Order: sequence, then C-alpha cells, then structure tokens
Amino acid sequence: MKFTEEHEWLRVEDDLVVVGITEHAAEQLGDIVFVELPEEGKTVSKDDEIVVIESVKAASDILAPLDGEIVEVNEALPDNPGLVNEDPLGEAWFFKMKVEDLSALDEYMDEAAYKAFIG
Amino acid sequence: MPELNRTALFDLHLELGAKMVPFAGYEMPVQYRLGVMKEHLHCRLAAGLFDVSHMGQVLLRARSGKAADAAAALERLVPVDLLGLGEGRQRYAMFTDENGGILDDLMVANRGDHLFLVVNAARKADDFAHLRAHLSGECAVEEIADRCLLALQGPAAEAVLEAIASGAAEMRFMDVATLDSGFGPLWVSRSGYTGEDGFEISVEEGQAEALARALLSRDEVEPIGLGARDSLRLEAGLCLYGHDIDTTTTPVEADLSWAIQKARRAGGARAGGFPGAARILDELDAGPTRLRVGLRPQTRAPMREGALLYAEEEGGTPVGAVTSGAFGPSVEAPISMGYVPVELSGEGRNLWGEVRGKRLPAEVCALPFRPAGYKR
Repeated sequence: MKFTEEHEWLRVEDDLVVVGITEHAAEQLGDIVFVELPEEGKTVSKDDEIVVIESVKAASDILAPLDGEIVEVNEALPDNPGLVNEDPLGEAWFFKMKVEDLSALDEYMDEAAYKAFIG
Repeated sequence: MPELNRTALFDLHLELGAKMVPFAGYEMPVQYRLGVMKEHLHCRLAAGLFDVSHMGQVLLRARSGKAADAAAALERLVPVDLLGLGEGRQRYAMFTDENGGILDDLMVANRGDHLFLVVNAARKADDFAHLRAHLSGECAVEEIADRCLLALQGPAAEAVLEAIASGAAEMRFMDVATLDSGFGPLWVSRSGYTGEDGFEISVEEGQAEALARALLSRDEVEPIGLGARDSLRLEAGLCLYGHDIDTTTTPVEADLSWAIQKARRAGGARAGGFPGAARILDELDAGPTRLRVGLRPQTRAPMREGALLYAEEEGGTPVGAVTSGAFGPSVEAPISMGYVPVELSGEGRNLWGEVRGKRLPAEVCALPFRPAGYKR
C-alpha cells in the first residue's frame, strides 16, 4: 500500500488503483457526514478535486492521486458516510481508477515513510 | 496575538482528552474523546457537562438596594419587560443599538435584591462598558471574575444535579435559585443552550473543578465541547451571536419578537424607551422585510454559513444567506438557518442554496428542528 501527503492510501487490486483516506485523516476530520463521489467513467488528472467529504467540522476535498479514469465508486458511502470513520482502510474505499502506468505509484510513500510523515 | 485566557477547568479538559482551540479569547475544548457526533447524541440521551466559564457574569445592583430599580434601569437598554420579571425567574433579552440592531443577547435573572446577567464571551468587555456607560448613575455594575459557569444539559441532568444540590428538581424552566451544595452556594438556573432540560450553574472558582469532577463521576454525564454545543443549539433553533444575530439584524427580523413582551410594545405600559425602539416597534406593527428561518437542505450536503440563497434554481440574484448550517446529528440530516425576504419565508417554500458553485434545493421549515425538552 502507498500513501500520499494528502493522507490518501492507494492499493493495487486487479490492475486498478483503489483509493481511500487513512485512519489518521479520518480521525483528524472527525465524524464524516457527507461524501460526494465522481461519476464513473470520468477521466481525471492528477490533483483534480474529485471527492468532497464533509465532517461535522468542515468540508475538504480528495484529489486524484494519478492521471486516469474512474472506473468504480463506492456507492455505499453517500448513504452511510460514517463508514469512513468506522473502516477507513477497508470498506470505506472511495473509488477505483484505471491508470496508464502503475509505476507512477512508486513516487508515493510506503507505510513506514507515511508513519514518519504524520509523526 | 494576545495570550489566550484559560478557565479554571483547563487542566481537567486536558486530562479528559480535550482538543483545545482558541475561542473568544479563551483556550476552550472543541471536543473530547467521544468526538462531536457522539457528544451531541449523548447529551440528548443522558447528560452533558459544558464549561462555559468564558461567558460574562454580571451583577447589577441599584444604589437604592431595590431590584425593581435595577430592572427599570436595564429596561433602557433592552426591549424586554424586566419590571415584570418575578423574583427567582430569568428572561432572555438582547441589547439593542440605535438602529435596532443587536449588540448582544443575554440572560437576565431576578435574584431578589439584584439582577444577574450572563452575556456572550466575545461581547463581554463591550457589554460591561455599555452597562457602565448607561447605568452607572443608578446601578453598580459588578463584573464577576471569581465564579465559573458550568452547564449540565440533557434528560438526566435533573437527577444528577439534585443528588449534589437539593432543590434542583423542584425548579422549572427559567427558574433561578441559590442551592447549597458541598461545593459552596451554587447559583442555578434551569435553562441552557441545547434545547434539552438542564441547568446552568455558577460556582465559586475554587470549587469549580471539584464540582465538575463530581458531576462527571456519574455514568450519565460526559464532557461536551464547543463542537457539539454548536450542533445542539442549531437543532434547537437558537441564535449564535455574531452569526445569526448581530448589529445588522433586528430582534423582529431574527424572529425573536416573542422576547419583547406587551409592556414594551406600542400601547404597553412602558412602550419603547430602548435603543432603536422606533424601528423595532414599527417592525412589530408592520412586519419586517426579512426574517430568520429554518432551512432543510434537500440533499445530504450541509449548507453552511455564508451559502447564498436564491428563489430560483437558475439566474436571479441572491435573496439571502445562510447564517448557521451543519449536519444535525439527532435529526440525522443537514440543517441551516438564514435570512430571507418575508414573502419567501413561509414554511414549505422551496429555495436554493449555493454550495461549491451548485444550487441545491432547501425547504423553509419551522424552528426548532426538533422539539425542546424543557420542563415547564
């Protein structure tokens, strides 16, 4: 699993990149009350704001970690945003992307580096 | 940046795992270990303890020694019937300015030979100055710096407080009393800012931590931070000064006309006689041009403070704005309050609020968003 400085985790599954937010991010955001996902089939560029999440405190964005196409979104989240707090690394994945080149993932942190990053 | 003040419960907040934030010049707990959502729900289910010691506590004593003279003097600054406020009772009030705007909202209690006022933290220095400037002739304005203020709110509050301070259970909504306790005399009012039954308790500073610990030792009681305090008051349809009300809003526009009793209205025994009376009495008579309303966003997206409101889904200019908005943990939906023209303020009216550049539907609804649990 890889991690971005925006506190997303990226996991490769069947040649797709699955994206969610880390436990640390979920904890910092507090109780999540709203999730807005991108359309399936949407082509995105790295750093596009593609997901909106709102906690009891504030709204924030999730950026596309890579260039690619959104092939699947987690339909369970808009109806049950609290899942992000309950199981951020598992059931509460946000979207799956198809990317040209999986080696683009290499630029991101591994778990040890991410742990050091969040201190 | 000036150094932030701390309340006497600062160390206890840290011990309880609070996340501290700057608020109105104080370092205050925004949440504890439960987090905003669970704290909110716990307060509605059992009881929550809030440190509100940052708020201003003021004694107003007439030099004559008569509470009625203090009440008559204070009536010059608020559109509220204070001569009609009985001993042991409390009323909601607001300081108005010459334009009819609201300088602050406050609670006024008749404690026998004097009045006891509780004002907002962010406004207290101005309020003290305002009181002194206008009332010093007849009254001593005494700012209380050696008492803390705790709020115990929720359906279990009565039983919890009664065990510590006998007599609490006999009080009803908006009663005030001095109750003896093992923590010195407590100045108690049966009121709060959550829409729940509950109490606000003024306690000697040196006893505050011990009292807080005694209350928290009960299973029913959890500490609650400013985050949940805000969502609780919003569900209760209560105004937050500086957001839902300020000097640009009159009490009538803010839908607080209920706080202006007959005696202070046109034809009343002491009609007018407060700053901005001309405008406020005129609005009471002819109706305001805009009104604070409840809004139920029709999607799950919270419609927060500052969101512009439109009468149509496309085109047109904004007709108003949201002044408070959040997700309501107990109503399990986003809720907002804002100002709209009176002709658009009817319950059930569909409006649109702009969220991240998109207009989302919101329906005008009655306030509060859920029924209050006051013990009347």
